[in-house]
This record gives sequence, C-alpha cells and structure tokens, in this order.
Amino acid sequence: MEVFLQQLINGITLGSIYGLIAIGYTMVFGIIGMVNFAHGDVFMVSAFIAVITFLALTTWLGVGSIAIVLLICLIVAMLLTSVWNWTIERVAYRPLRGSFRLAPLISAIGMSIFLSNFVQVTQGPRNKPIPPMLKDVIVLVQSDTYPVTISYKQIMIWVVTAVLLAGFWYLVQKTPLGRAQRACEQDRKMASLLGIDVDRTISLTFVMGAALAAVAGVMYMVYYGVVSFSDGFTPGVKAFTAAVLGGIGSLPGAVLGGLLIGLIEVFWSAYFTIDYKDVAAFSILVVVLIFMPQGILGKPEVEKV
Amino acid sequence: MNRDATASAPAIDWVGALKDAFFTTIVLTAILGPFIGLLTVQNMEHKLVLETRWPLLASLVAVVVGGRLLLKLFVWNRPTKTKKAPFALPPEVERVAAPFFIGLLFVFPVVILSTLGAGGSIKWIDNFGIQILIYIMLGWGLNVVVGLAGLLDLGYVAFYAVGAYSYALLAKTFGLSFWMLLPIAGVLAATWGVILGFPVLRLRGDYLAIVTLAFGEIIRLILVNWVDFSNGYAGISGIPRPTLFGIPFTAADNGFAATFGLEFSPIHRTMFLYYVILALALITAFVTLRLRRLPIGRAWEALREDEIACRSLGINTTNTKLTAFATGAMFGGFAGSFFAARQGFISPESFTFMESANILAIVVLGGMGSLWGVVIAAVALVGGFELMREMDFLKLIFGSDFDPTQYRTLLFGFAMVAIMLWKPRGLISTREPTAFLKERKSVSGSLVKEGHG
Repeated sequence: MEVFLQQLINGITLGSIYGLIAIGYTMVFGIIGMVNFAHGDVFMVSAFIAVITFLALTTWLGVGSIAIVLLICLIVAMLLTSVWNWTIERVAYRPLRGSFRLAPLISAIGMSIFLSNFVQVTQGPRNKPIPPMLKDVIVLVQSDTYPVTISYKQIMIWVVTAVLLAGFWYLVQKTPLGRAQRACEQDRKMASLLGIDVDRTISLTFVMGAALAAVAGVMYMVYYGVVSFSDGFTPGVKAFTAAVLGGIGSLPGAVLGGLLIGLIEVFWSAYFTIDYKDVAAFSILVVVLIFMPQGILGKPEVEKV
Repeated sequence: MNRDATASAPAIDWVGALKDAFFTTIVLTAILGPFIGLLTVQNMEHKLVLETRWPLLASLVAVVVGGRLLLKLFVWNRPTKTKKAPFALPPEVERVAAPFFIGLLFVFPVVILSTLGAGGSIKWIDNFGIQILIYIMLGWGLNVVVGLAGLLDLGYVAFYAVGAYSYALLAKTFGLSFWMLLPIAGVLAATWGVILGFPVLRLRGDYLAIVTLAFGEIIRLILVNWVDFSNGYAGISGIPRPTLFGIPFTAADNGFAATFGLEFSPIHRTMFLYYVILALALITAFVTLRLRRLPIGRAWEALREDEIACRSLGINTTNTKLTAFATGAMFGGFAGSFFAARQGFISPESFTFMESANILAIVVLGGMGSLWGVVIAAVALVGGFELMREMDFLKLIFGSDFDPTQYRTLLFGFAMVAIMLWKPRGLISTREPTAFLKERKSVSGSLVKEGHG
C-alpha cells in the first residue's frame, strides 16, 4: 500500500511533465494536422536554457533565494523557447504548407536532429548536472519499512503545472486568441474568410506549445537535476504517446494522457522491471495507434477525398 | 537615390531591409545567445560553471545577418524567373552513365591499390568504398519503402539489426557460413517486416512513421536489455568473417594468401568485402528496377501518389504495402548481415534512431524514388565527411581539435530541412513513368500538382 501511494505521487509528478509537453503536440496537430517531431527537442532546448540561466543567476549574480532563481529561470526559458519555436515554425514548417503530405514531417525530423546536435556541438556531449535543490520532504505516512514522502519539488511541480494549465485553459477558452485558434482548428479556410489571421494564429500556437514545453523543461531540470542533449527524444516520444492516448487534438486529453503515461511508467518500473519501462511506453504507443487511433477523448477521424 | 536607375532594376527598399536586419539580429541573438555565447563547463570541483564566447556569437550573428541582408538586397528582390524545366540527363548520357558508373566501381579498388600500395589503400577502400556502398545499399533498400511505396519508415534500422544479429548469433551458435546465412538473414528480416508491418500498415502516413519509429526503438531496447540473448550493451564480438568458397582470409596454411601463393596481407579481405557489398548493392538496384516494371511496382508507385484512388481501382493496399515493407526489410537484412561480417563485432549502439534518420536523410536528399539520387547523396554525405577528416588544412583554419564528423549529423538534419524547402522531391526529382502510352515522357515532381504526396 505504501509503495502504491509513493508511486502514485511520483507518477503524477512525471505525468505532469509529460502532459505539459503533450499539449504542444496536440495543439499543433489540431491546427495544422502535423506531427511536430521536433517538439521533444524543443523541450530539451528549454531545459538547457533553464540550466544556463540558473548558472548565470547563481554563479555570476549570486542570487541566493531559490524561489526567485526558479521564477526567473521559468520566465527566461518560456520566452526564449517561444522565440525558438516561432523561428522554427517560420523557417522550417510554414513554407511547406501545401507541399506534399509527408514534407512537414520530414522537415520536422530534420529539425529534431538539427536541434539535438546543435546543442551537442555548442554545449558539449556531457551531462550537465546542477546542485540539487528543494530536497526536503514531507512524510505523509509514517512507516518503519517504507515511509511515503512527498518532496518540496514535487509539490512545486504540481502547483506550477496546475496554475499554468488553468491559465492556459482560460487563454484557449475565453480570449479572442483562443477563439481564433479553435476556429482555425475547425476550418482554416472559413476562419480566414471571417478575418482571422491564420498565419499569426498558427505562429501563436507554436509559441504557446513552446512556452508549456519550457515549463516542462524547467520542471525536468529541477526534478532530475541533470540535462543532456539527448534528453529530448525519449520524453518527446512519450509525450507524443500521451497525446495520442488522450486523443490527439484534445487538450484535456493531452493532460489526461500525460498523467496516464507517467503513472504507467512509474508503476511498471516499480512492480515489473525498470529495464523495460521505455519498451512499455513505446508498446502503448503502438497498441493505441493500431487499435484506438482516436484515443480516449478524441473524435474519430473521417477521411475525405 | 540614383535617378538613372533603369526600370528593369527594381528600387532597393533600404528601410525595409534594415528593419529586417535589425529584427533578424534580435531573434538570432535570442536563440543563439545562450547556446553559443555561453558555454557550460565543469570546473575542477566537478561543478558546472559558465564561460563566455561573445566574439564567436557576435561573428556568427554578423555573418548570418549580413548574408541575409545581401541576399535580400541583391538576389531576392529580382523579378522571379519563369520556372525552369527540371534537371534531367540527356538520354544518351543516361544510357552510358550506369555502365560507366558500375565499371568505375569495379576498378576503384584496383586503381587505389596500384597507386597507394597495400598498406595505404586499406583505409580508402574500407572507409570510402565499403562504408559508402553499405549506405548506398541501405538507401536503395529504404527507397523501396519510402521512395516507391511512399511509406515513411523511421525504424528501418530495426531490419538492419535483425540481419546483423541473425548472422552473428547463427554463425556463432551453429557455425554456419556467411553465404548460407546471408539469405537466411534476409528472409528473417523480411519476416519481421511482415510481422511488424501487418498491424500498422492500415495507418495513415504520419502515424505509420511514428509506429515504425516505436518498433525500431522496441527492438533496440530488447537487444539492450535481453542480455542472455544478445549480450546487451557489451555486444557480440568474434563474429566469423566471410570466406571465399571456404577459404578464409587468414595467414594460416589453408588461408587465401597461402592457397594462391601470395604474401599474406589484410588488403585481400578488404578487397573481397568490397566486391561482396558491391555485388549486394547491385543486386538491390537490379531487383528494384525490375520490380518497378512489374504490376506490384506500379501498384507501389500508384499508392505513393494517391492511396484512395488506388483503393477505388481495386488494388489491395494492405498487401501492396506489405510487399514493399518486406522487400525493403529484406535488403536491410542483407546489409545487416554484411555489416556484422565486416565488423566482426556488433552492439545495439550501431542501431539507434540516428542511424535510421541518416539512411532516411540519404533517401530524402537524393530524391525519393531515384536510384541515382541515393548514390549522389550517400557519396556526398558519407564520403564527404570522411574526405574532410583527411584534409589537414581545415585543422589549420579551425584549430587542431577540429573534427568534421562532429558536424555530420548536424548537417544531416539541416540538409533534410533545406531539401524539403528547396526541392521537396530531392536532388534528382525527375520521375520516369514505368507505364506509358506510345511515347515516354518524363514527369517531374515540381511540375505535378502535389495534393496527396
């Protein structure tokens, strides 16, 4: 029971990170029907920006308060990652709208390879560890054999994720930008006839996806305390799995899928074998795509000629 | 401004150009600043600290902004020219090009050997010849799946791995020879292609790509974790080398050198391996060319152009896709068993997603569906970097620790994006129709409206 509870806490933490990345996949897919393969690497880029900002603040400026450091890291990472993704969309995806079907996907794969190697070449292939922070834990269930604990950083991850998701939900549901976005999702041509700047809306979708991926990147840095240039691929594929599992195109689905994937991964590692945890995630992706391509909350896709 | 400017030279919009340059500078500084301006390094106490590289950042930004400004002022504002006819070799050249090229490949090691001698030529035949030919063969194999049938396969390296491990394990366990195991490895890889392909081929293009990626990763992770079977990360070493009709390439009394009364030299094996992979690659090309003329090959190409139309015409799309998948997988398996035999050592490290992406980049760059394109792309991307490593003067320019292979994958990724923007059908974008009425006309990718890809 204690093990279960502990893994539940860990799984939700990991799941929030996956959910934040998955939103970027699902929004882009919803609006332009493209699998943004480079999104996992955008997440990795954001984690690097966070590490670099963290180092600049702590070693150069000597900022002592961990809360201020993390807040600035979050803001800087969100801003710069947004610029990154905006540029990527502008350079690599926008000119390909109207090209053949696989062109944007191939371009995105190229971008993904480019990003991870760009970081490898510029920052070196080594892991980048930062000093651990927010290590203290709260003991929830006292037990001699297996005390159930929740750490401050897990609480922080839950709170930040919840607050930002609420803000994001408000943005999509209640603001003119969100309305334009949902309109483009339903019918891009009609939306443009009604005076919506479709290109701008798509750009902003990429910016929003990148900002949420940057939140995930900062949380990842805090949680694991180490980042590497190759960290984009596996979380990226898992987040994509989450988006597909939840129903690609559906925002609540992405969060739900993220939580499920996080929980499955953690429970699989705890109860079966840790060696095959990635195999479990990839197998779910395969099984879901083959038997349930519309996901849990998605709409079945109708093929039109 | 100049009053005498003629009407044909359009006025240069200086304000717009400078605004654009200013904006580009800001964006570039924002995205490159943290990565190029700052460097995270571990100091003596193993703590991460920052170092600055501002001059590098400034020069890079200056080069990009300056280049963009010049292009904007003098190139991009020219009136657009009418679309040129796509590049195509004249038929006379095309007729002699293939025999000429194949002849060149056959004499290549002999020429190298006679000019550089036995010692110096191993590197050239092995690094250039064999390495490039492996990639050409993999490119041609993947070309069947991606180029002809239009199925984006991101897990092609899985079949390469199946071929390599089949050969390594069967040869070590049962002591079977390379020539016996080569077809077996191909059949096993094709079987895996069918097993993996059967459930996933109903999916639409990009989902299919992701599922193949997942399968590729699953196979690699199983090879890593199932230590009893594959020896995990440590890999399998001491894989038997191929023999010439039972004659091994060793210094022993029954070895190749002793049998033919030659002085023993490792070059014999290298030459032999070169001709083996050359033959395998040529078989791949030959089979592909012949298959394209069969109904199944035409069905593949039809499927690539429009799947719904295919279904309406009564083509069994699942079987058609499955044959393409299995054929591609089989060639991957051949290449894999050759790889294992050549290296003598394999580990899961050789079969990562990056490897799939590299092969895909070769196919995409060369022009999906074009055999020549694959050759050009493989020679440029694989051979080009090997060549750069040999160029010592680059070390003088970029410093002594300059290693161009470090930038290889970076360039692969960049080239994939660039080719999609510039020539989405690849370098060689002419497509020869395999079925025609009365007269053969070449159809270019850039002239055809691309609705479904």
